[in-house]
Amino acid sequence: MTHQRDRTLAVTGLARVEGAGSMYVRLSGDEVADVRLEIYEPPRFFEAFLRGRGYTEPPDITARICGICPVAYQMSACLAIEAACGVRVDGALADLRRLLYCGEWISSHALHIYMLHAPDFLGYPGIVEMAGDHRDVVERALALRKAGNAVMTAIGGRAVHPVNVRVGGFYRVPARGELAPLAEQLRGALDLAVETVRWVSGFEFPEFSCEHELLSLQQPGRYPIDQGTLVTSSGLAFGAADFDEHVVEEQVPHSTALHARLAGQRHLTGPMARFALNSAWLTPLAARAASAAGLDATCRNPFRSIVIRAVEMVVAIEEALALIGSYQPPPAPAIPVPAVAATGHGVTEAPRGVLYHRYQIGADGSIASARIVPPTSQNQGAIEDDLRRFVAARLDLGDEQLTRQCEQAIRNYDPCISCAAHFLTMRVDRA
Amino acid sequence: MTAAGPAAGSGGCRIVVIGVGNQFRRDDGAGPEVVARLSGRLPPGVGLLVSDGEPAALIEAWTGADVAMVVDIMLGDGSGAGRLHRIVPGQSGWPQERPVSSHGLGLAQAIGLATALGRMPGRLIVHAVEAADVGHGHQLTPVVAAAIGALAAAVERDVAAALAAGGPIR
Repeated sequence: MTHQRDRTLAVTGLARVEGAGSMYVRLSGDEVADVRLEIYEPPRFFEAFLRGRGYTEPPDITARICGICPVAYQMSACLAIEAACGVRVDGALADLRRLLYCGEWISSHALHIYMLHAPDFLGYPGIVEMAGDHRDVVERALALRKAGNAVMTAIGGRAVHPVNVRVGGFYRVPARGELAPLAEQLRGALDLAVETVRWVSGFEFPEFSCEHELLSLQQPGRYPIDQGTLVTSSGLAFGAADFDEHVVEEQVPHSTALHARLAGQRHLTGPMARFALNSAWLTPLAARAASAAGLDATCRNPFRSIVIRAVEMVVAIEEALALIGSYQPPPAPAIPVPAVAATGHGVTEAPRGVLYHRYQIGADGSIASARIVPPTSQNQGAIEDDLRRFVAARLDLGDEQLTRQCEQAIRNYDPCISCAAHFLTMRVDRA
Repeated sequence: MTAAGPAAGSGGCRIVVIGVGNQFRRDDGAGPEVVARLSGRLPPGVGLLVSDGEPAALIEAWTGADVAMVVDIMLGDGSGAGRLHRIVPGQSGWPQERPVSSHGLGLAQAIGLATALGRMPGRLIVHAVEAADVGHGHQLTPVVAAAIGALAAAVERDVAAALAAGGPIR
C-alpha cells in the first residue's frame, strides 16, 4: 500500500490560484510529518515604500498590490487615512464606495467559482477544457464577470486598478442616469447568480470540517463589505483600532508572506467566516438561495465555500441594485480631508476576507509608517492545518490523486498569493 | 487608455488593438506602452485599449472583431531580448506560455476559451517583443524600450493592411 513507505508530494507552481507559490507535504509512514505553503512571489515592500509618500497616495499605490481586489485595498486605505484625520465619509459617497466594492465582489467571486474552482469539482484540468462540455456555464461566468467589471468601470473609472477613488470620496461621481444601464445589466446578472448557487450546490463535496476561530466584520442590518466591527466565532468584538492587539503577524522560514494569528491561534477569514457570523443579514434573494442550497447558518466544510461565494455574489448584486435604486448624487465628489499628524486604522472585507490597513501620518502630511495585513496571510495557518488533517485521512490514496485533492483543498480558500507575499507548486514527500 | 472595443474601420473591417501587460512589471509594460504610442495615430474607428490579459476581458475586447491584434511580451532565455515576433495562432508556431502576471490564466487560455465558445475574432494576430526583465519596476529595460517604435510600426502596418483589404487580412 502506498502509505507503507515514506513519500513526498510536491506541486511547484500551483495552478488556478492568484499568485505564485508552492505546496510541500512530507509523509512518514502513517503520519503527516510536514505541510508547508511556500510563497515565492518576491516580497512586496509596499509597507516600506509607502513611507515618505503623501497621505493621499496609499489608495492608488496599494491598489497595485492585487489586480483582483484593488478596490479592497483602496477602501481599507481610505478608511484608515480618514480615521487618522478625524473624517468620516457617509451618505451617498459611502454608498458609492459600497457599490464599487459590490462590483469587485461580483467579478472576483465569478472568477474563482467558475474559472478557478469549479473545474476541480467537475473533473477538468481547467476552464478551457470545461468550456468544451459546458459552454452555457462558461458563458454565464463571462456575463457575471462582465457585470462586475461594468460596476467597477462605472464607479471606479476602470475595472482593473480603478483610478477614480480618492481619500474623502471620488474624483467624479456619476449622474443618476448614468447608472440606469448598469441596473439593467445587474438585473440579468442576478438571475445568473441565483442559478450559480443552484449549480454549485449540486457538486459533490468531500466530508471534511474545520474548527478554526472565525473572524469577520459585522455591521448589524447589512452583510459586511465596506465597514463594520470585527467579531469572532468565540464572541470577541473589537474595532479596527484594536486589530494590532488581536492579530499578530510572524515570519516563518518557508514563506515570504507573514503568518498572522488571532490571539495566538489559527484563525480563518473570508466567505465562511462572513457567512457564519452574518447570515442573519443576507439580502432576501440570497437568503432564499442559501436555504435552497442547504447551507446551515454555520458551514464548517471548506469545500462548500464555493456555495457561500455564490450566495455572496447574489448579495453583492442585490446590494448593488438597491444602492443604484436609491442613489442621489452627493453635493460634491469628495469631502475635504486635511492632514492630521495621527495614526488611523481601516478594515474592510476583501472577497477573500478581512483586509487591515494602518497608517501613521506625520506632521508634514507624509506617511511615517504603514502596515497592511491581507486575508491570505491570516488564512495560511488554517490552510496548512486543514491540509495536514485532510492528507492524514487519505493516506491510502496514490500520490497523483492525493496531490490533486490537496490542490483543490487549497483553492477552497481562494488564496491571493500576490496579496499575501510580503505565495503555489506542491510537493508531497513520503520520505 | 481608451476603452473602445472593436469598431468599424473605414473599409468596413472591425479592428481592435489590445495592449496586454502590467506597467509595474518592467518589460511587461510593453503592450500598454505600444498602445500609448499608437494613441491618435491609428485611423478613426480602430479600437485601442489596454488589458491585464485576464481571459474574460480579452474575449470581451475582441468579440465581434474581424481583426484583433494583441500586443504582448514573450519570455525567452534572455538572449533574444528586444526581438520582435508576429504570431498568428493556428498558423504560426505558438510558444509555450509562461504567465508573467500573478493571474492564473493568460493569453493561451483566453484563445482556448474563446475557441471553445466560438468567440474568436475573424483573425487574431499577436505582436510580441521578447522581454529581458519582468521584475517589479515601472521602466522598460533599454533593449525593450528601443524596440517599442518598431513594434508599434508593425501593428500600424497590419492595421493598414486590414483596412486596405476591407476585410480580414491574409
